[in-house]
Amino acid sequence: MPQIEQLAATYSSQIFWILVFFGFTFFVIGRGMVPKVMDTVAKRDNQIADDLLAAERARKQADAEEESWRQRENANRAQAHALIAEARATAATETEQRLAAAQATIDGKIADAEAGIAAARKAAAAEIETVAAEATRDIIGRVAGLSLDEGQVRAAVKENLVHG
Amino acid sequence: MHQFTIEPLFGSGHWSIAGYNIAFTNSALWMAIATVALFIFVAGGSKRQLVPGRWQMAVETFTGFIDGMLAANVGPNGKKYVPYIFSLFMFILFANVLGLLPIGVFGVHAFTFTSHFSATGVLAVMSFAIVLIVGFAKHKLHFFSLFVPHGTPAMMVVPIFFVELVSFLVRPFSLGLRLFVAMMAGHVLLEVLSSFVIDSGNANIGLFAIAGVPSFILMVGICALELLVAGIQAYVFALLTCVYLNDAENLH
Repeated sequence: MPQIEQLAATYSSQIFWILVFFGFTFFVIGRGMVPKVMDTVAKRDNQIADDLLAAERARKQADAEEESWRQRENANRAQAHALIAEARATAATETEQRLAAAQATIDGKIADAEAGIAAARKAAAAEIETVAAEATRDIIGRVAGLSLDEGQVRAAVKENLVHG
Repeated sequence: MHQFTIEPLFGSGHWSIAGYNIAFTNSALWMAIATVALFIFVAGGSKRQLVPGRWQMAVETFTGFIDGMLAANVGPNGKKYVPYIFSLFMFILFANVLGLLPIGVFGVHAFTFTSHFSATGVLAVMSFAIVLIVGFAKHKLHFFSLFVPHGTPAMMVVPIFFVELVSFLVRPFSLGLRLFVAMMAGHVLLEVLSSFVIDSGNANIGLFAIAGVPSFILMVGICALELLVAGIQAYVFALLTCVYLNDAENLH
């Protein structure tokens, strides 16, 4: 086993060179370069944490803005609904009034027309009576040779027109 | 066993400081290779981009892994040990994995310096020394209360103290020996199996079919296992250092 056989001859060289090279490793690599590497890692971790924080903050702000937008939107919608309802009510009232006015005009015209018709009917009835009375007197005068009083004939005709 | 032999390179066998030989050996060469590879790996990931590329992601995965291990085992006080634990883990990991490289097919021989306890021992003693220094600097003599767990009956305090003291003092040995043994056992196993393949192949075709081919198939599996062991041993070394640092930082 060379580790033991050569120990006496090589221990000093082994110890010396491992101290030299491990010393270099420790002071140059371990003390010099490793802290820089770890610093980079720490910086990156910080940056990631900061970015996450900023993202979280932005998300919260977006949420708040969305909430306020929604409130505004709801208010606008309610206002719009109110406007529409008001307009509808106004239009309905106007229509009703106009309809009522038109109805009144139409009623008036109908009443006039009915009055006219009634008058015409009365006049026509009176004329028919007169014509009938005269015709009756003529017929009586010619057939019976009687000359009757006009008032008597008319009363009889009237009675027959009403009851006949 | 030749794969564990340490040989001076470039005629540096006579180099010495104050009488101690410091020959630049194949072991030192692979320490250098591991260090350079680790340097290139980490340097490639130090671009400091906000959106990391694949390489940077890989390096950050390792630093994050060490950071998480310290946070889990030591707590917030453990942050300052990240450079040390990272160096320890990556140095051992690169050494283990580079030692497994199949570059023998090109005529070069990979050397696993973590299969030498003269190397792993240095790392273990270093970790243990840091635990001692931190422990005594932070808690002064109160650090000895580590050896008396909570709820110990009064008459058991002295025996428990010595038991705990021994288990504490064994730590650097277990730490260094575990890595050395695991790496060496794996390499020896692969070497034995490959000698079966080659020797049975040289003997005759029948023996090769009976012993050589199954050994070869087994080697494929064990190579995968060795890669796992390379990672696990580096992890265990770093994790145990974390656990010991936790004792020093937080006592009980």
